[in-house]
Amino acid sequence: MTETGQRVLVVDDENSIRRYLHTVLSAQGFIVYEAATGGEALKAVLIDRPDVIILDLGLPDFNGIEVTRRLREWSQTPIIILSVREAENDKIAALDAGADDYLTKPFGTGELMARMRVAMRRLAIKPDEPVLKVDNLKMDVSRRLVTVSDKEIPLTPTEYELLRLLLQNVGKVLTHRQLLRQVWGIAYESEMHLLRVNISNLRRKIEPDPTRPHYLITEAGVGYRLRV
Amino acid sequence: MEQRPDPDELFKQAQAEEQAAKRGKLKIFLGYVAGVGKTYAMLEAAHQRKMQGMDVVVGHIETHKRAETEELVAGLEMLPRKQIEYHNVFLPELDVDAILSRHPRLVLVDEFAHTNTPSSRHPKRYQDVEEILNAGIDVYTTLNIQHLESLNDIVAQVTGVIVRETVPDRVIDEASEIEVIDLPPDELLVRLQEGKVYIPEQANRAIDKFFRKGNLTALREMSLRRAAERVDDQMRSYMQTRAISGPWAAGESLLVCISPSPLAEKLVRTTRRLASELKAEWFAVYVEVASKPEINPTNRERIGRILQLAEELGGKSVMISGGSIQEAVLEYSRKNNITKVVVGKPLKPRWQELWKGSIVDQLIYASGDIDVYVISAREGLNKPNMPADWQPHRPLGRYLLALGLVIVSTLLGISIRGDLEPTNLVMLYLASTVISAIFLGRGPSLLTAIAGVLAFDYFLIPPYLTFAVSDTQYIITFIALFIISLVISSLTARAREQAEAALLREKQTSALYDLSRDLTSATDLQQVANIIISQINQAFGRDVAIFLPENNQIGIFASSPNYQPDENELAVATWAYEHSQPAGRGTDTLPAASLRCHPLKTSNGIVGVLGIHSQDKANFLTPEQRLTLAAFANQSALAIERASLAEQAQQAEILRATESLQTALLNSISHDLRTPLVSITGALSSLDEDSGTLNESARGALIENARGEADRLNRLVGNLLNMTRIESGAIKLHREPGDIQDVIGTALEQLGKRVEEREIKTYIPEDFPLVPMDFTLIVQVAVNLLENAVKYSPKESLIEVSAALLGEKACLEIADRGAGIPSEDLSRVFDKFYRVQRPESVSGTGLGLSISKGIIEAHHGSIHASAREGGGTILHIELPLKAGE
Repeated sequence: MTETGQRVLVVDDENSIRRYLHTVLSAQGFIVYEAATGGEALKAVLIDRPDVIILDLGLPDFNGIEVTRRLREWSQTPIIILSVREAENDKIAALDAGADDYLTKPFGTGELMARMRVAMRRLAIKPDEPVLKVDNLKMDVSRRLVTVSDKEIPLTPTEYELLRLLLQNVGKVLTHRQLLRQVWGIAYESEMHLLRVNISNLRRKIEPDPTRPHYLITEAGVGYRLRV
Repeated sequence: MEQRPDPDELFKQAQAEEQAAKRGKLKIFLGYVAGVGKTYAMLEAAHQRKMQGMDVVVGHIETHKRAETEELVAGLEMLPRKQIEYHNVFLPELDVDAILSRHPRLVLVDEFAHTNTPSSRHPKRYQDVEEILNAGIDVYTTLNIQHLESLNDIVAQVTGVIVRETVPDRVIDEASEIEVIDLPPDELLVRLQEGKVYIPEQANRAIDKFFRKGNLTALREMSLRRAAERVDDQMRSYMQTRAISGPWAAGESLLVCISPSPLAEKLVRTTRRLASELKAEWFAVYVEVASKPEINPTNRERIGRILQLAEELGGKSVMISGGSIQEAVLEYSRKNNITKVVVGKPLKPRWQELWKGSIVDQLIYASGDIDVYVISAREGLNKPNMPADWQPHRPLGRYLLALGLVIVSTLLGISIRGDLEPTNLVMLYLASTVISAIFLGRGPSLLTAIAGVLAFDYFLIPPYLTFAVSDTQYIITFIALFIISLVISSLTARAREQAEAALLREKQTSALYDLSRDLTSATDLQQVANIIISQINQAFGRDVAIFLPENNQIGIFASSPNYQPDENELAVATWAYEHSQPAGRGTDTLPAASLRCHPLKTSNGIVGVLGIHSQDKANFLTPEQRLTLAAFANQSALAIERASLAEQAQQAEILRATESLQTALLNSISHDLRTPLVSITGALSSLDEDSGTLNESARGALIENARGEADRLNRLVGNLLNMTRIESGAIKLHREPGDIQDVIGTALEQLGKRVEEREIKTYIPEDFPLVPMDFTLIVQVAVNLLENAVKYSPKESLIEVSAALLGEKACLEIADRGAGIPSEDLSRVFDKFYRVQRPESVSGTGLGLSISKGIIEAHHGSIHASAREGGGTILHIELPLKAGE
């Protein structure tokens, strides 16, 4: 599958990684722009109008979190963060600042393409879509009805809200903080146990095997995502 | 007689020369009175040195606003003086630290004998100068002859002025150069009249008395004589080292007996002069007589001062104990080859001597070939307000008891006097004399003896109730009874006193024994320190601190529970350590501190510092306590040295282990890093150079293999990073309530393909509580354990994961049906790079379990492996349900 004419901006200070991404993405039909610093990246977004941005966290001038924050002031272009394992907290901060997804280096090409596709498609999803659907999991928003393989699943209001949020952002990582804020409110931002308990209950209700989740994926230390 | 150079003497000289090379040189400008021009001469000499290009600095000069002096000072670099506060007044003092850090070649320090403001580092300026000399800086200083310790009393006799600021004679002996600044008394008097001499205010009153020509001449003679004496010394030492024969004194050595009497100071000074004339070493000895173990505090302090004076004058101070003064002195003298003993002429009246016997007489009688010098006291010279020395040694009660004994004996005697011969009744009194000698002491037993004889005569010898005696033969009975009573009382009392003294010594010995016994059982430095602290605390009732060096910097290693040395006290300890000398309370250095610091020395050097702290200002250690403390310090030094050597050996052992671990790490890493790289490079190059010979499936296999290896490489690097973070303590836990079920699910998700084909069963109760944990790290543990289970068990076997609650802990078990771990390896599998011997086919770094252990322990949990019934291994993790800290 090729994405003809889609434009991608690669921001990384490592020449070898830019070259690798350039090769791979060009082969997939993307038009690739490159930037090596945060400053260059901001300029390139203005000039080149990319459809998606691949952003490394460790940049020489200001870091990826800052780039994300500044971009989000005026642009909704999907951002995929590239991080290393040691920068766990930076990754979460970037996601909280509005990045769409992340990949931990090293990563496979297939994984990158999948994340890019999800991120770009999300822009196309209308927020007031009446029916949200992943595999056999369906949510009829207008009727507040959730079914798995056409079997109705009774959910508490909190579980329902949680699932709706995840379904609306299908494929995207939602951080713990984002979930807690939007479902419970700002005051509950650090009440991790609420989230854990509700996720656990939700899994028992919607997952075929709760010990090996199919839909609701835990991103360790970061948050949750609904698998596409 | 031809005298060859004494090898000891040569060695001493070589040593002194070597020491002097490192030490700065001291030049003293010696005058006989203020106004002869010492300061002026010193400044002139300094200017000359400066002209020769020497780095000269003024540390402290008192110009007394004399124009000519000030002019000379102006040409020299002046170091600022330290302002020390004393009773709200700031007094300028020599700034030793400024001099040490400026480190000139030569520094000028006026008024050598000056007494520093309290709370200065040293009480006396000459001690400041010694520190400067030790730093290798030359010093010029000025001194008047009356400030010399050994001449102090003579000066007082001649001039009637008692000089309180004195310097010990050895300081002069150690000076490299002495320049006598001389001015005939007549000229001096002229200068005085012209107002050219500065007179210190406090001496103003005495001025007329002091500046008499007679006085000045005497002082002048003294200073010239002292200088001549020194020249003579140098001459002798020159002659001796070059084997020029001369009138040598043959190894004399002197001992002076001291007591708390006012005569003692004079005795010590006289002995010093005698000794220096004889070129003899000398000892000042105080004998603790067993019969007077309780000397009063004033006297004790006086003795301490006199012993210190002796040390300052260059003698050795010794305290010995014995049954009688003369015995102890003579025994010590024979042991130390003393040739002459100096004692004071008794001050007691003649009748007392007849009664008690004179120590001097006894000493002379028993001295054998040792000469005895008896020095007289000059009446009225300096009889300071001596506190009344005569105090009843025993309370009155004991004398009453003694009388009671006599009364009881008499009553008993009266009741049976008809039935027995009076001579047999004597035994009653003898018995009571013995009893009172044993239990009541010498005085009461004497009373018993005397009263006994009288009572015997009065009540038991007919005619009764009169001292008249009918039969003259009883006179013999009286005399015999009296003598026997006296002898018995004396012998028994002495036995008792010696027993008491022995008891005291034994107490000290046993305290020392306790210390050494406890110390042998100690295994490490911390234990050694704790034992020293608690034993000294028990023996002396003081708080104790032990300071040990680390990287040449002394620090507090341990201290009594309720006591923490402050910065000032640490400074005292640092000084004691750097100079290897006692410092603080009761010493010459920083005496205002509340801590007394003893350097802990062994034959290999200084190992640390022992600090004895006492809150109470007046609470000094008694001399015998100080001796015991010194013994404690010796023991402690040895123990600390032993423990730190052991610790060093242990550290060397650890280092060796670390080295072998590093070798293992290198081997493991170089193998584990290379292997995947070989596959990846191989695959890439085959694909690159392929000219169509590889079919599609071969290419696919190559790529698949390379990718797998790249994954493996990535995991290895991740493991190494984690290991490093755990080891360096850089790992920080983000503890949040976590779901065990989620942990397992996430771990399986992360393992992905590696577990896809395996059957893994999870048993986790639905109501299992959330466990506080760092989710990411615990997932890492689960990944490591599951991966091991998969790797080390057959493909078709089942892996079981279960969770359970065990009291306050959550337990997680991962069980496989693999080959199992040999039981002797069960505990070692968590060691770094440890891998159970397995066929080569299974790859791994041996880091996974060790990382897991690190993570679990950071959670205050535990992890262990055990053999599973029916084959296989169970890995068991426990995590606390309450986060605790």
